[in-house]
Amino acid sequence: VRVMVRDGLFRDGEPPTLLGSRCGACGSVLFPRSETCPYCASSDPEPVDLSRRGSLWAWTAVTAPPPGYKGDVPFGVGIVELPEGVRVITRLTEHDPGTLSEGQPMQLAIVPLHHDGDGNDVVTYAFGPVSP
Amino acid sequence: MTGVAVAGVGMHPFGRFDGVSTTDMGAGAVRAALREAGVERGGFQAAFCGTAYGGVATGHKVLSRLGMTGMPIVDVEAGCASGGAALMLAAGAIRAGQYDTVLVFGTEKMPKGIIRSSFFEPWQEEAGLAATPAFFALRAQRLGRASGVTKDHLARVVVKNRRQGAQNPDAMFQKETTVEEVLASRVVCEPLHLFMLCSPNEGAAAVVLRRADRAAGAVPVTLAAAVLRSHVPGPVLSESTPLSGLADDGVPAPTTLAATAAYEEASLGAPDLDVVECQDTDAARELQSYEELGLVEPGGAAALFDSGATALGGRLPVNPSGGLLSKGEPLGASALGQVVELVRQLRGECGPRQVDGAKTALSHTVGRGANAGVIVLTR
Repeated sequence: VRVMVRDGLFRDGEPPTLLGSRCGACGSVLFPRSETCPYCASSDPEPVDLSRRGSLWAWTAVTAPPPGYKGDVPFGVGIVELPEGVRVITRLTEHDPGTLSEGQPMQLAIVPLHHDGDGNDVVTYAFGPVSP
Repeated sequence: MTGVAVAGVGMHPFGRFDGVSTTDMGAGAVRAALREAGVERGGFQAAFCGTAYGGVATGHKVLSRLGMTGMPIVDVEAGCASGGAALMLAAGAIRAGQYDTVLVFGTEKMPKGIIRSSFFEPWQEEAGLAATPAFFALRAQRLGRASGVTKDHLARVVVKNRRQGAQNPDAMFQKETTVEEVLASRVVCEPLHLFMLCSPNEGAAAVVLRRADRAAGAVPVTLAAAVLRSHVPGPVLSESTPLSGLADDGVPAPTTLAATAAYEEASLGAPDLDVVECQDTDAARELQSYEELGLVEPGGAAALFDSGATALGGRLPVNPSGGLLSKGEPLGASALGQVVELVRQLRGECGPRQVDGAKTALSHTVGRGANAGVIVLTR
């Protein structure tokens, strides 16, 4: 069975969607979803679907498994800036930093992470270069 | 309101010490600081202990060992700034007239390898989004773009600090290195190689604070400011390690908030500093600290480093102790380790790594929370 690494972060559909919030008081866009706004302390954030495409703002690759991590190495980690003015920490589908460049168009994907002990395929959100 | 003086300092070296407990190291540092201050049992009215991994009642265990309990003992956790937080609380209590003499110490035995932090949710670790060096690497890449910092700069920061640490008997690494050796060490997270990252380790440091009007000593050192700040949300690469941030580069970093308040509290500015110990968890973090502390204008870190100003013998030596890159980082003790070094610098006790004529010194730690601690010492 395919399961999400955590419920409420994204919709595992075709196409997939990152789930965020927009604060009704200050307009800030939040990820993950939150019922309170860290920017203005209001309780007005409303659920919104975030853009599937953005641009690459920073990137690297992790070469050794960090504590608690259950997937393969190396893997890419980066920051993608979405058009609504939010920068999101994300896995990248690309793990060779030399192939990526600043501002490169990126697109959301749902990627396999590992098989857990109960026979589930655990998946998470990631961004990868937009296919030409 | 009374001033606060440093009456004594003590240290257990930073490194790896199998068979030596958190309590053993803390007791050693505390005993040394009390001896220097001429303070005996019953001579201090409160104790604050910085620790992140020490567990319940770490401070009590240290003072029980020494037979010095009965007063309030408070453990303080503020990530990499735990010692700075403890010092802030102690100084505030003295200024307010609550106590005359307060013991501040930090002691820590870090797990080996990449620091595992209970800060992150399990899913974040599972998904690979809790890798501390990856956040350091992303910051390093952004700094590279904003300030012209190259991989060669990062290697040379390591060479500088290890050269200075080679003169420090309390450091974990007392051996110089070369740019070639740094760049030959394995890539942990591009652009950071293994030698560009500090080692989590073990150690302890202690400081005795006293009302300035009760202090004695040949070269009195004054605690001119002890400030702790947390983050303001916005920067995605803040030490608060959020999962998202705003596309807005104008939000001040916690280090800048703490430094600004500390300069005001001490009635001086960055140009008045003679020596700095700053957070160099990785080589890029030292350069970023130059800008966030106001040692140079934003974008100027690489140029300041290239000028030689921040090396021993320069205008403003940074990390004469060798920094965390040489000493390693025992979280609860690292800030107080900086303070011990700076007090000794101000007293002129540092031998081959002495900053000549140093009168004004700044200590800086920043990390998880976010917590940023800035301490100013003068003589």
